[in-house]
Amino acid sequence: MKKFRWIALLLVAAFVLSACGGGGGQTIKIGINAPLTGDIPKVGEGTKFAAELWLEEIGGVINVGGKDYKVELVIEDNESKGESAAAVNTKLITQDEVLVIVGPQSSKQAVPAGAVANDLETPMISPWSTNPATTKDRPWVFRTPFLDPFQGPVVANFVSDEFGFTKAGVLYDIASDYPKGLAEYFKQAWEDIHGAGSVVAFESFTTGDTDFSAQLTKIMDAGAEFIFAPQYYNEVALIVQQAHELGFEGPIVGSDSWGSAETVNLCGEDCYGLFFSTHYAAEGATGATKEFIDKYNAKYGYVPDDVGALTWDSLNIVKTAIENCGKLTGDIKVDRKCVRDAMAAIKEFHGITGDMTFTEEGDPIKCAVIVRISEEGKFTFYKQVCP
Amino acid sequence: MEFFLQNLVNALQWGSFYSLIAIGYSMVYGVLLLFNFAHGDIFMVGAYIGFFVSTALLAVFGTGAFGLPTGVSLAVVLVLTLIISMLLNSIVGMLVERIGYRPLRDAPRASAAITGLMIGIILETGNLILLGPQRRLFPELIPTQTIELAGVSITNKKMLIVGVSLLLTLALHQYVRRSKWGMAMRAMAYDYVVVPLMGIPTNAVALLTFGLGSALAAAAGILYGTAYPVLDPNMGILFGWKAFVAAILGGRGSILGAGLAGFLLGFIEIFVATIFPSTMRNLIAFGIILVILTFRPHGFFGEPHSARLRL
Repeated sequence: MKKFRWIALLLVAAFVLSACGGGGGQTIKIGINAPLTGDIPKVGEGTKFAAELWLEEIGGVINVGGKDYKVELVIEDNESKGESAAAVNTKLITQDEVLVIVGPQSSKQAVPAGAVANDLETPMISPWSTNPATTKDRPWVFRTPFLDPFQGPVVANFVSDEFGFTKAGVLYDIASDYPKGLAEYFKQAWEDIHGAGSVVAFESFTTGDTDFSAQLTKIMDAGAEFIFAPQYYNEVALIVQQAHELGFEGPIVGSDSWGSAETVNLCGEDCYGLFFSTHYAAEGATGATKEFIDKYNAKYGYVPDDVGALTWDSLNIVKTAIENCGKLTGDIKVDRKCVRDAMAAIKEFHGITGDMTFTEEGDPIKCAVIVRISEEGKFTFYKQVCP
Repeated sequence: MEFFLQNLVNALQWGSFYSLIAIGYSMVYGVLLLFNFAHGDIFMVGAYIGFFVSTALLAVFGTGAFGLPTGVSLAVVLVLTLIISMLLNSIVGMLVERIGYRPLRDAPRASAAITGLMIGIILETGNLILLGPQRRLFPELIPTQTIELAGVSITNKKMLIVGVSLLLTLALHQYVRRSKWGMAMRAMAYDYVVVPLMGIPTNAVALLTFGLGSALAAAAGILYGTAYPVLDPNMGILFGWKAFVAAILGGRGSILGAGLAGFLLGFIEIFVATIFPSTMRNLIAFGIILVILTFRPHGFFGEPHSARLRL
């Protein structure tokens, strides 16, 4: 028994040592902080697939100052939790010594993880986080999507113009940064248009809840003509189905978190004909966007969602920044600073999710798209809204 | 009034799940003086078993196979899914007892409670590794039909869920009161030490208790799947906690008590969310439960010191 213990101990030690070893050489390490498990695994999958496709696309090398560097992706799981995302960033920065981090995706993780990246002075770019707090007062943190203070009014204006409604109901998750922030921006925008009290019901729940019948009954009782639900795909299916079962007949309008390939799989016919605001529409895309969609579809067998497209854009922004850096010294601290400065210096970028102009905060100004879920369950382009 | 009735209907459905899961908690606690903290995850496993069984059955029966009309073949699939999954999940429950709890029968209760938590984590992560993190869509076994009754929307699913859960609760109650094995369970709940001396096979009774509780959890899982068709590996955690609260509220070892307390918890949660701002739902709901427990520390049907148990 005692012998066995020693062997076990030795095995563990060997394992730990082998995990710590390696590294060095002429490689650029890019950390990917993604929700591979937890509440939104499809988002994590899209991130991973897009990143691997990108690595293939660039042939695994980035040329800096006439010299080829091998690119290595370090993909880590943040379990869709804020605290895990912060821990993952710490690990990527201090143990894996990555040059730059792409991710985390949702604001719930990107806000705490951004603080870590900023404190440890490592450039980070979030492909999908739309909450302003992610990049606010953080010179080391950047993002690729538009912001919620822009998205809220986009949805409010769209519903007012399209349907002529005046009474709104909102249902959101109060325990998550993104839905909470966006629900509040939407409320503000809607009341600016229709006056105080025009959001007749502003109901919340907590992450993990699956029964919304009490809130929906309340919203219906308040006389809301439509429901705005800025939620992730797993909740969208439940909210829409329960609303229909309770006899709600108005539209349910969503935001960019609906854009997952999984939304229609889970929701089915209940979601057909609904609208949401997002970053890009896969149906009817052209040019580089279409190229990306076709490659992704050929390799993984489904049309990429906005997360995939934004991850692709983020990685290309990172690539541009590294190239613009001119030269890598091998001293990770100096190189990180160089990449940060190069990233901050990018003013214009033509991505597959549209043209972006970056502000001082590291936030892009770009157009939003209103997508309609067609009768075949496809995300079809309906309208573009630009700032 | 319509508003009230609608919420009442919603609460009945929501309470059904708590009720079925709480009974499993309560029975195990009554018979073995053990909190089976893995029970919420056994509910999750039951839902997944239901998912696989119903998917397989749908492939066999399909729509309109054997010349049956679609509605009939779906009903057959539903009933078979319930029976098969309940059997399979009771085996899971018995395995948990045999492997996890029996070696600790004489260990301090805290060790057994920790084991329960660990088994729960093993079931969650095991599912995550085996099936992956993506959500599963529970197949639609009952096409939704909404009935408008006095301004209240009632779906056929809601009626089925409430009906089946009441039926199972009453059936189990009768079984425990009238059958020989039920008598053995009650005897064990009454005196844990003396019962083996009377020649009652305690190990078999323990297995039976776990088996019955898990079968009910599987039924809850399938009913849950028909109403909230998105399954994920962590769905059992919160349910487990809340059903545990219901079991305590019902009184130790009381099947009817746990059943009623499950519904009560459903009512409190739904009505708190409708009357107060929904942001304060859990705070107020569990505040109410604290108050109830202050005045009835042994729950509704429980009594101090295992003197008399109404299992």
